[in-house]
This record gives sequence, C-alpha cells and structure tokens, in this order.
Amino acid sequence: MLDGIERRFREAAPAVDFCSLRLVEKQQEQLLVRRGVLQPVHTSEDIGAMLTVIHAGGLGYAATSDLSTAGLRLAGSCALDWARRTADANVPGTAEPPQNSVTGEYATPVEQPWSAVPLRTKIDLLREQCERLKAGACIVDWSAALWYGEQNTLYLTLDGSHVQQRVHYLVPSLSSTANRGSESQTRSFGGHALARQGGLEVLEQTGFLTAAPGIAEQAMQLLDAPNCPSERRDLLLAPDQMILQIHESIGHPLELDRILGDERNYAGTSFVTLDMFGRYRYGSALLNVTFDPTRPGELASYAFDDEGQPARREYIIREGLLLRPLGGRSSQQRAGLDGVANARASSWNRPPIDRMANLNLEPGSSSFAEMVSSIECGIYMKTNCSWSIDDSRNKFQFGCEWARLIEGGELGAVVKNPNYRGISATFWQSLTAVGSESTFQLMGTPFCGKGEPNQAIRVGHASPAGVFKDVDVFGGA
Amino acid sequence: MQEYFYELAEFATSQLRGEEVYTCSFWAEDSDFVRFNGSRVRQAGNTKQSSITLDLIEGRRHCRGELTLAGDVQVDRVRLARMLENLREQRAYLPEDPFLLYAIEIRSSERTQPHRLPEPDDVLAQIMKAGEGRDLVGIYAAGGMHSGFANSLGQRNWHSSFSYNLDWSFYHTSDKAVKSSYAGFEWRPAAFEEKARKAKDQLVLLTHPAHTISTGRYSVFLAPTALYEIIDMLSWGGFGVRAHRTKTTPLLRMIEDGVQLHPMVHIQENTHDGIAPDFQDSGFIRPGKVSLIHEGRHRDYLVSPRSAVEYGIPTNGATDAESPLSLEVSPGDLPQEEVLRQLGTGIYISNLWYLNYSDRSACRTTGMTRFATFWVENGVIQAPLNVMRFDETVYRMLGENLEGLTRERELILDPRSYGRRSNHSTCVPGALIRDFRLTL
Repeated sequence: MLDGIERRFREAAPAVDFCSLRLVEKQQEQLLVRRGVLQPVHTSEDIGAMLTVIHAGGLGYAATSDLSTAGLRLAGSCALDWARRTADANVPGTAEPPQNSVTGEYATPVEQPWSAVPLRTKIDLLREQCERLKAGACIVDWSAALWYGEQNTLYLTLDGSHVQQRVHYLVPSLSSTANRGSESQTRSFGGHALARQGGLEVLEQTGFLTAAPGIAEQAMQLLDAPNCPSERRDLLLAPDQMILQIHESIGHPLELDRILGDERNYAGTSFVTLDMFGRYRYGSALLNVTFDPTRPGELASYAFDDEGQPARREYIIREGLLLRPLGGRSSQQRAGLDGVANARASSWNRPPIDRMANLNLEPGSSSFAEMVSSIECGIYMKTNCSWSIDDSRNKFQFGCEWARLIEGGELGAVVKNPNYRGISATFWQSLTAVGSESTFQLMGTPFCGKGEPNQAIRVGHASPAGVFKDVDVFGGA
Repeated sequence: MQEYFYELAEFATSQLRGEEVYTCSFWAEDSDFVRFNGSRVRQAGNTKQSSITLDLIEGRRHCRGELTLAGDVQVDRVRLARMLENLREQRAYLPEDPFLLYAIEIRSSERTQPHRLPEPDDVLAQIMKAGEGRDLVGIYAAGGMHSGFANSLGQRNWHSSFSYNLDWSFYHTSDKAVKSSYAGFEWRPAAFEEKARKAKDQLVLLTHPAHTISTGRYSVFLAPTALYEIIDMLSWGGFGVRAHRTKTTPLLRMIEDGVQLHPMVHIQENTHDGIAPDFQDSGFIRPGKVSLIHEGRHRDYLVSPRSAVEYGIPTNGATDAESPLSLEVSPGDLPQEEVLRQLGTGIYISNLWYLNYSDRSACRTTGMTRFATFWVENGVIQAPLNVMRFDETVYRMLGENLEGLTRERELILDPRSYGRRSNHSTCVPGALIRDFRLTL
C-alpha cells in the first residue's frame, strides 16, 4: 500500500512554503470471550493520510483515504485553501515550518508475533481464562479479551524528511463481576491500564496467564467486605492506580497546549502556569518524573513524534522540582520553553497536538514490605475504577476496585468501594515513599482522550508503588 | 455516496459463495474543523473518511471486518474482495455463535436531508467577529454525515444529514468562562448573534470577584447542559438489557430493590425526533420511542439483537453497546423565568464536568462544576463560584431531592468527535434540586 506513495506525494503536493504527508496504516483484531461465548471476531484495516500545508503565514490540513495522486492533490489543495483562509487569523507561532528535515525509523521489538499463533489457539486461551474467571455462583459476568494492533506511520515532507515507524501493541483484559442482591463488585485486569507494545510475549510479561483466579476470588471477597472507612489515612497506591494518578494530576496539567489555552473549551486548562517551570516544587523530593519514549515495550515508545521531531528521554520533574512541560515543537515556540517531542495524532484523520506519550515515575528505594511497615494507619488501594478531576487538573477524586486497610504496619481487612480525594497542587507534596524497582511496573492505556476534534490515543506509564501521607479516603453508598 | 455504497454492496453480494449471507453498515463524513483559541484560529482543516463494516455469515458462523474506503471503486472492490477472503478463512476456525441475530424481513428506507450549510468563509468571518474583544475558545465542525445499511437479502437503508456544531466558550480569566453551543442544519446569522450576545451578557457576571463556599449540602439549579451530563453518565450501562441482566447497571437498586426516582422523571429513547438513523448494524429498524424510565420507575430496556437471543426478548434495534442515541427527558412545569426565584439561595450550575461513579451499584456519581456557575441569594445572582466537586446518588438528586424540572428543554447535539463526528442527541430540561452534596 505504501508503494509509490512518496512519488505520488511529490507529484500532488502544492507549491508552498512547507508541505508534509503523514500516512497511517492500521490493522487491528479484537477477540472477546464473554460468559464462555466467543463474541463476533472483529478485524479492521484502516489507511489514510493527512497533508499539512504551511504557506504565507497560514496553516491548513486535509485528511483523506484516497491515496491516489488525484486524491492527494485534492487534499493538498484543500489544505492550502485552509492555510490561505486562516493566514491572517492564526494563533501567533502556530504556522511556522520546521527548520530541519529528518530521516529515521522505529520498530517495536516483537518476540512472538500475533500472526504466528493460530486464531483457534488464541480463542482457546481466552476460553480457558474465561472459565477460570467464573469461580463461584455469585460471579454473574465474566470475560477475557485480547485487542491486537499494528500501526505503520510514514512521515514525509517536501524538503526531504522521511520517517517510518512500525508499532505493534497488545491490550489484554480480564473482568469478573460478583453480585449479591443490589450490590455488584467487579475486579479487572489490564484493559484500561496494562497495554504494551510487543507481540504475544506481553501476555506472560504482564501476568495475564495467571491472573484470572485471583481476579475472580477478589471480586467475590469484595461482596463480604465492609465499605472503606471515611477518614484520613496514609495511602499506599499500587502501580495500577499510581499510573492514573500520574496521568491525571501530572501528565495532563503539564501538557503545554493546555497551559497555552488550546484545550479550555473541552479538556480544560491547567493550574500550572508558564512561570512555574524551573521554579515550582511539584512534589516532595522523592518525585522524579520522566518523559521516556525510548523505553522498550512501553505503549507509547517511538523515535519521532508526528511532526517529525526526534524523541528522547527528558526529566519533567526532578527531586520534586518542575523542569519542563509536555509540549511539542509548535507549543515550545509559542511558550518560549524547551519541551519534548510529543506532538501526536490519534490517526491520519486528526492533526497532531501535545500528548503525554510515555510518562513515568522513576523508582525509589523502598520495598513493598518497607512501605507497608512504615504505615501506622493507612490503606492500600489497587486498580482504578473511577476517575474525575476538575478542568484545571487540581481537585480530584479517584476510586479503586479493591483495598486493604493497613493497621500498625500490617496489611489488614479487605474493604470495598475505596475512594480518595485531594488537590494535585498539594497531593504530590505528601509523597513520603516511592517503591523500588521491585514494585515497578510497565503499563499503559489506549484510551487517553483530548482535543478538538476529539482524539483517543495510546499513552504509556511506568510506575512503582507509592505512599501519600494523610489523605481523605472514603467508601460507597 | 449512496450509489457508491450500494454499488459496493452489489459487488459484495456477487462475491458470496454457497449459503453465505452478509450484513454491512456504511459510514462517511466530509467535515471541516476549525479550532479557536483567544479568538484566533488554532488549527483548521478538513477530514474526508468513509468505512464499511461487513459481517460475513454462514449458518451460525460469522465474523466482522471493517475497512476504510478509498472512494475509488476499483481500489475498494479489490480491498473488499480481499477482506471477504480473509473473513472466509477466519470463519473456518470459529465456533457457531449462539447469539447471532440479523434482520431477515426487508425494510429498506431512505432519508436525505438537504445541504444548507454555509460557506466556511462566511461562518469564519461571523465567528471571528463575535470573538472581537473577547477570548473565544472552541471548535466549529461542519459537513455531511452519511450512514447506510445493506444486506445480501436486498435490504437497503440510507441516512444523510449536513450539520454544523459550533461548541465554544467566552473566557473571562483563569477558569471562569461561559460555555455555549450553536448547532443545527441551517446556519442563521441572527440566531448565532443572539446566542453570542447572551453569552456575552453572562460573561459580565463573571467579572465579579469569585465566591468560594465550603463543602456541604446546597440547593442547586442544574441548567439543561448540566443535567445532560448526569443523563449522559447514566447512559453508561443504565439503559441496556445486558447491563441489567449481568447486574452491572448503575440502576441496580432500582431493579433489585425498587428504589425510584421522582415520579416526574420520564426518560425515553426518542429515535423519531433524534438525528441518528433509525436502522442499525444488523438491519433492524428502531421504534420511534422506547420508554426507559416512566414516573421514576424502570419501564423498558434497550435490547440489541445479540441480547435478544441471549435473554429471550425481542430486540428494539439497539446498538451492540445498548446505549441510547437520541435520549429525551420529559419536561416539568417549572417556568425558566421562575428558576432563580424558586432557587432562592443556592447555586446556578450551567455545566458539570468529568463525571464518574464513586459507587456504581448505588448510582452514586461524582463530578465538578465548570464554566458559568453562580452563587445566588434571594433569587439574585451574586457572584461566580469557584469550582466545586459534587458526590451524590442519582436516586437522591433525581428522586427525593428533586424539586422541579423546567418547562423548557434544550436539544443538545453531541459535539463529540472521537474517530468521527457523533450523531447523538439529548433533549433535557433544567432541574431544581435541594440538598445537593458538595465534597471538595
């Protein structure tokens, strides 16, 4: 499908100051076994391209699935029309062409290709996991699923840029719901949180193959558990909740386009302002956050962003000090700040905007046992199920599926409906322990939403467990 | 577009072998998107896309393939033929599907609305003019949206509409803003100017020093755009039969314990007055209306074809997700002009934001106030309110604590565009609620 695309692009592109083509080709396959029954297998093929034109101070784009020379010519003409139409009305700094052309490539390392395992084997695997999720009569809904994707992206510019990137990813998930009367409790694995780049080796790496019995057992256990108490306690978050905390209260508020106001009508603004970079203490000295698109296997690893900027690892927060925003080339120019290579688009049909990519909390030095033993009155929460935060990314309330109280330095009773609330600007100051490599997990979600028009994109997060002092926790009903 | 889809459908029919049948849905859009920040254009462009999803069936074995179309019939025929081959190959490995159901009664239909959209230059000029001297942020989306269905039995359905949706805010400062929308099928400059004028009037109120309140229980008025967020949240599993039967519905206590909403609450799926097509991916036609909540009690479900077989009840043409597309909350008898007086002292909430369940089984939701939210004393707006978090069950807010629904309603055309522009709509009144719990 990519044969001749570079030639056709060069033939079709209008004579302008700058023109790029970003072609995206996606193949996906989704397998779901629910209550022991295979649901309709769904495969998809998607291919199209976006042409972006910068000319005489204007910028316009046009996305098309017609990749013929005529189709690309039409798109180029349409993009130029929009560039001309808006040239006098653009937000300053958003229509400046890149200075340098780039060449390069990236490919996800894959050990066990999806296509190397027969469909029947994958279905049998899901059936087996599904069966293990039905661990008792009170389990009323249960499912196991795999969502595989492959995405090829080609970025070309008239001035010679040529970047080709091939990504493979897998989103495994398990879910088990227990019910008694008017109460249901769900435990899940993966789905929102445990996606990775790679092939079927991800299943073993993430623990998918052994997780089902524990998930089902904990769902049933929650039916008999008391509600989470409503009081202030020290809070130990498992990595699968830490990543949500990082995503919502560090990642989004540090996206530079939010700070510059682009998102105020939809995703929101930020409590962070431009003058805070290099000065503001975002959290305690234990807080070290990196933007790291170079980590193998993490969901949003890449070598170049969707505007062709080379990607590298950068500290965003070091020892609690806020250093740099999550902003791509255009946002950096507008803000006059160094950022990262994170101008990304969800597909060929949407323009790049600032996204998180891989945003990680670097490990500390505490083992899980040390963190538990350091807590006199606390709670250990695991697996996000509810997330809500204000449009400045400050006042949040998050809920988890499962929790255990911590009393006198020991894990105690399981409690249900655990929630906690806080304020981003102060919450990270209360970070009192960060787990070591032994608690560190590589995770990611395919569902980060943002942008106008809306874009859902894959983001990676890696994190150890962490302890927060004196947090407002509460239960349900 | 319609002829193109039907031509592909005929081609697909010609490629079938033996006892094979298929169902096929089509979707396309040709949309302009112009994004604004600070009354300037942030990003502008156009997206043309179309795709088909085909379910290839033989007996009870089947699988689905989705394909982006190039729009060139020779290219798309080759792709479609290859997809059929792949599906055929895949199907050989699949077990029989006990819940397969597709329409066998042929019910073809066609609905094409006229193209009355304005020229982009004209709209852009009007929006820029409305933003002069103000901080306008948002997006204008406009263009044709087309849906189709075909099967090898000969059924053909088509739905075309040409709509615009300007979803914008005027910002005063920081997080203080007035959110507005102007959506429809025929752009009327005077109507837009009136919307913009009203928003500017409200913006003046935001110039007053912001008021901060402590947590606790307050009387509130949820404007239709705020109640919409609650209803939209409820639509996440609240109305589908699968969620009810698997006990994952947020309305579990209504089903199991008979907990009720206020008798003035009626919620229905009103396909007849919505903007979504009345056909679905398996070829079934939706009824004009399905009553979901009647007088505060559960009445009926949205039932997809799969659930119809799984649970032994008739389908009413719901999507696979069994979520509403054209939801409607019946009006009450509270006149809009009486709202502030009836509210007395409390909070006028124009918008809510980022809702989620804090206890799904109990239908307890949390979220934030956003945009123009005002502190009201003795029926008079006093000041904008700094954002507050609520955490409250729907049973309380739309049950024992519901004091009134407005006589007037607002038709909200969903501005969301994840992957493609939405064709969902919701018609809602405003709601006067006492003892609304604010927690942060």
